[in-house]
Amino acid sequence: MSTRIANQGRLIDRSKPVRFTFNGKSLQGYAGDTLASALLANDQMLVGRSFKYHRPRGIVASGAEEPNALVGLGQGETFEPNQRATTTELFDGLTAQSQNHWPSLEFDIGAVNSAFARFLPGGFYYKTFIHPRAFWKHVYEPFIRQSAGLGKAPKDRDADTYEHFYVFADLVVIGGGVAGLQAAKAAGETGARVLLIEQTAHWGGRAPVDGGEIDGMAPEDWIAQTLDALRAMPNVTLRARCMGSGVYDHGYVLGYERLTDHAPETAGPRHRLWRIRAGQVITATGAIERPLSFAGNDVPGVMLASAMRDYAVNYGVAPGRRVIVVTNNDDAYRTAIALKRAGIDVLRVLDARTSGGGALMEEAKAQGIRIDCGRAIAKVTGGKRVAKVAICAQEGQGAALEEVACDAVAMSGGWSPVVHLWSHCGGKLIWDDAWAMFRPDPARAPTGADGRPFVTAAGAANGELTLGATLADADAAGKAAAKSAGFKPRRIRTPQGSVTDEAPLVPVWLMPRAAKVELRAKAWLDYQNDVKVSDVQLAAREGYESVEHTKRYTTLGMATDQGKLSNINGLATLSEALGEAIPQVGTTTFRPPYTPISFGAIAGEARGAVFQPLRRTPIHDWHEAHGATWEPVGQWRRPYTYPQNGETPHDAVMREVRNTRQAVGMLDASTLGKILVRGPDAGRFLDLLYTNMMSTLKPGKCRYGLMCSENGFLMDDGVVARIDEETFLCHTTTGGAEHIHAHMEEWLQTEWWDWQVYTANVTEQYAQIAVVGPKARAVLEKLGGMDVSKETLPFMAWADGTLGGIGVRLYRISFSGELSYEIAVRAGQGRALWDRLTQAGAEFGMMPYGTEALHIMRAEKGFIMIGDETDGTVIPQDLGLGWAISKKKEDYLGKRAQQRSHMTDPTRWKLVGLETLDGGVLPDGAYAVAEGTNANGQRNVQGRVTSTYQSPTLGRGIAMGLVLHGPDRMGEVLEFPGTDGKISKARIVDPVFYDKDGEKQNV
Amino acid sequence: MLILTCPYCGVDAEETELAPGGEAHLKRFGPGASDEEFRDYLFARENPKGVHFERWRHAHGCGKWFHAARCTMTLEVFGTYPAQTTKPPKAIREAITAKRPGWTWREFE
Repeated sequence: MSTRIANQGRLIDRSKPVRFTFNGKSLQGYAGDTLASALLANDQMLVGRSFKYHRPRGIVASGAEEPNALVGLGQGETFEPNQRATTTELFDGLTAQSQNHWPSLEFDIGAVNSAFARFLPGGFYYKTFIHPRAFWKHVYEPFIRQSAGLGKAPKDRDADTYEHFYVFADLVVIGGGVAGLQAAKAAGETGARVLLIEQTAHWGGRAPVDGGEIDGMAPEDWIAQTLDALRAMPNVTLRARCMGSGVYDHGYVLGYERLTDHAPETAGPRHRLWRIRAGQVITATGAIERPLSFAGNDVPGVMLASAMRDYAVNYGVAPGRRVIVVTNNDDAYRTAIALKRAGIDVLRVLDARTSGGGALMEEAKAQGIRIDCGRAIAKVTGGKRVAKVAICAQEGQGAALEEVACDAVAMSGGWSPVVHLWSHCGGKLIWDDAWAMFRPDPARAPTGADGRPFVTAAGAANGELTLGATLADADAAGKAAAKSAGFKPRRIRTPQGSVTDEAPLVPVWLMPRAAKVELRAKAWLDYQNDVKVSDVQLAAREGYESVEHTKRYTTLGMATDQGKLSNINGLATLSEALGEAIPQVGTTTFRPPYTPISFGAIAGEARGAVFQPLRRTPIHDWHEAHGATWEPVGQWRRPYTYPQNGETPHDAVMREVRNTRQAVGMLDASTLGKILVRGPDAGRFLDLLYTNMMSTLKPGKCRYGLMCSENGFLMDDGVVARIDEETFLCHTTTGGAEHIHAHMEEWLQTEWWDWQVYTANVTEQYAQIAVVGPKARAVLEKLGGMDVSKETLPFMAWADGTLGGIGVRLYRISFSGELSYEIAVRAGQGRALWDRLTQAGAEFGMMPYGTEALHIMRAEKGFIMIGDETDGTVIPQDLGLGWAISKKKEDYLGKRAQQRSHMTDPTRWKLVGLETLDGGVLPDGAYAVAEGTNANGQRNVQGRVTSTYQSPTLGRGIAMGLVLHGPDRMGEVLEFPGTDGKISKARIVDPVFYDKDGEKQNV
Repeated sequence: MLILTCPYCGVDAEETELAPGGEAHLKRFGPGASDEEFRDYLFARENPKGVHFERWRHAHGCGKWFHAARCTMTLEVFGTYPAQTTKPPKAIREAITAKRPGWTWREFE
C-alpha cells in the first residue's frame, strides 16, 4: 500500500488540497506535490506499460531521470504526450492519461508480448521480422506499428505561446543545489554577471533530504541564507524551473524555462528558451542514482532508494509500508533511516558487500533495522506491484535462501555524476574506480575560441559526492571560473559541510553475480526501451564490441530518457561480457537536450504569420482586392489567377491566356530579380558569369542569358540590359535574386577581387509590369509620352521615357511570344502606373493575368522555366540552349565542367515537346517507360515530364520533357504510367508549340 | 555556435550571422585543366582533425567574405583575415605555430 504519511512532507502544503484526474479518475493531492508524489499518495502504483513487452511499470525515480512514469497531460489544444510525472508540478484541474496500453492500463493485450519475449531479443528489429517475406506486410508491420512509439501526437494546434530570450553572462551556473548555490555565490562576490538556473522549482537539490550540516546549520537554513545573499547581489540572476538544456560551441548555452506548466491560468508564454552566451559555464548538475540489475527490478514498487527517501521526506508519501532496501553502497542506509523515522517498516537492508557499510550502517543498526551483508535479491515477484522478494547470496547463481513478503523495494547501485552538459561540447571523462563512476576529467575540458577551458564541473557533477567535498569543490569552481572570466576572486570563506565516514562501494553490475539466464532475462537495464541484461550479453556474443553499436542494436539508452538510469549499467554489462575494463569500452555520446524540450520553445514566436516575412510588391493590395488566388514564390506571394464571377481557378487561367493571346493582358512582374552590375570590368565579369557573351551587348539592347554553377549545371536565367558602357541590369528569376546576387559577390570578392565591379540588388527598388498581347502597343500609345513603335523600340531593345506622366524604363522583351513590353518604374509609383494602365487598357479588353497563365504561355512557346526543366542536374546543352552558349569565350563558370565525359554523354536526356494522343494532360513528373527492368526489378525509364499544362491556345494538353535521344525521335510515341495505374501515351514533338517563327513578338 | 570576428567590420559575429563557404584557399581550375585537376578543385577537400582554414561570409552583416583559421577539434580560433589572398597571412601562420608547433595544412605550414 502506497499512502500519505503524517509529520513528513517539507514541500507540500496540507492546507491546500488540489484535485486532478488520472485516466479519468478524480484524485486529490496537495499544493507542492508532483504528479508522481500525488499518484503514489493515492496508491496509484501502476502508471504505464513498457514499450516492447507492455509490462506493468511504476514510478522508479523522483526527478528528470524517470523512465516509466510518462503521461499525456492536458486535453485538446493543450495536450502534450510523454511528460514525466516526476517533474510535473501538481495544479488544480490537472488531467493526465497513462500511455502505451490498450485497451486499458490495468488490462493490456500487448502484455502478451511478454510471453513471446524470446522472439523479441536484442536487435529483434534486424532479425525477427525478416522471413518469410510475405509476413512483413500482414503480420510484422501491423504488429510493430501497434506496439511502436510512446504516447500519441497531439491533434490540435497548440494554444500556448512561447518565446526566446537572448542573454549574455560572464558566468552561467547550471544547477541550483548546494554546489550551484555556492559556486554562484563565490563567482558573484567577484562582481561577475552570474546567471544561476535550476530545473526544478526548489533550490538546494538533495541536501535537505540527505541531511548533514553546513557551517553548523541544517542544510535548509544554509540554503535560505545563501539564497538571500545571492538575491542581494545585483549582478546575480536566479531562475528556477529553468533547465540547462545544452552547452555548445564558444560558450553558447540553451536554457529551457517552464513558466506556466505549474500554473496554466497564468498569463504569458508557457515556455521560454534562453539563448545564452556565457564567458564561463559551471555545471553543478548533481548525480543520479543507478538501479541494480536483478530479476523483477521493473515490478511496480521497486524504486531508487534516493527516490523513496525523496517521496517520504519531501512529499510525505510512503511508496510501501513494508520495504526492503538493497544496496552496494552506504547511501541507501540514509533511505532506511529516513523510512524508519517516517514510521515505515524497513524489513531488511540487503547489503551486497560482505563487510557491509560504515557509520550510516551503524546508525541504521542502532535504530533496530536488520542488516544482511553479502546478500542480494534473486528475484522480485508480483504482477502490478511488489509482492515478495527472494533473497540469495550475492556470490552465487541466485538460489533463494528465503522469501520475504513486502510491498516495496528501494535499490541503490551507486551514483553517476550528471556529466551530460560537461560532455556536450567535448568535455572528456575519466573512470573513478573507488566510486565506480565516470567523472569529468578537468585536464580535458571543453575549450572555447581562445583555446582555454570554458566549462567547469562542480560538486557531485564533478564526482564529489559527499557534502563537505561538494561544497569545497563548488567554492573552488566558482572562484576559478570567475577568474577565467576575467574577475578577481575574493577571499571569502569556504563553507564547511559535515563529512560522514562512508565505507567504499563495491560495484555490482548483476545481482546475484552469477545469475542464471532466466534471472538475467528478467533483469532490466533500460526500462523505457525494455532492454535487459540478457539482451546486452547476446549483443556481445553476436560480435558487438563498440558501445555505440550495441546501443543502436539493442536500443539501450535510446528512449526519451536517453539512458539516464541505464547507460552505466548497460556499458558495465557489455564490458563484463566482452571481458574488457569499463573505461576501455567507454560511454556513448551525450547529446543535447538534457531532457526533451518542447517544439514550441524551439520555435518561439516564429509561427503563423511571423514564421517568415511576407514580401509584397507595390501592387499586392490591388491583387488582394481583385480576388487573386496566391502562389508562394520564395518569400513573395504572386497572384496565381484572378477568378471572376464564380469561375474556377482553372477556367480563370484559361480565360487569362486566351485574352492575352487575342487582346492584351497585364502581369505584375515586380518580383523578378534585378541586379545592377557596374564598373569598368562589368562586361568582362558578366562574360564569366553567363554562358553567353555579354560584353558585346550594345547600350540600349537586351540579351537573354544563362548562368551555370562551376559544376556546369544551369542555375538561373534572365534578360540582361546594357544601360551604358559600364552598367548592366541583370534580371534573375523571382526565387533567384538573393542567391544570384550572393553568387556574384562571392566570385567578385574571393576570385576576381582586383576587378573594378560592384553589384547592387535593386529588386525591391522597382516595380515591373508586363503589358502583353497584340493590343499592347495600343494601350501604351493611349497612355502616351514616348515612342513605342517597332522602329524606335524593336524587339530586345529598351528605352527610358514617360508613360502617362510617370518616368519609366521600357523593355521590349517577351516571355509569352506575344508583342510585349515590360515597364519598370520606381517602386513608389508602381501602383499608380498599374492603375493608369488598367484605365487605359479597359477599352482594349485588358485583363490581369497570374503566374499560371504566364507558365502556360511560356510552355506553348517552348521557353524553359528554372526549377521545372532544371533540377540541379540539367545543363543548358540538355535543353537545346546551345545557341546561348558562346563558342568564342575561353572561359565561363561551368565551361570546364561541361566538358566532362558525363556532360558530353550522348545518352543524356534532352528536351522535347510532348503531345498526348488523346489530347489529355500528362501527369507532372511522370516517367516514360522503356523495355526491360533494372537491377532492382523496376521498369527501365527513358524520359520524364518536366512541365505539363492544358493549353487553351491549342485546345489540348501540352508538355515538355527530357527524353533519351529525344530530338532524334520526333514522332515516336512514349508511354507514361501514372500513379493511378493508367498509361498516358504521348508523341515526341518540337517543344515550340506556338508561333514557331516568332512573328508575333516581333511586330 | 561559433563566434568569429569579421575582419572587415570588426564585429564578433554569432554563427547565425554567418554563412559557411567551405575550404579556403582553393585554386580555381577552368578550361585547359586536366580531369584530375578539375575533379580535385571541385570535390577534393581537406577534413582535418585540428588546424583548418575555412571561408565564411558575414551574410547578415557587412556581406563580406573572410577566412578563419581554427582548430576543428578544440574549436580554438587562431584568427580571421580578409578573403582577398591566396595564402594565410604570416601573422596568422605564426599565431598557429605558437599554439600548434609543427602544424601543416595542404601546402602550408
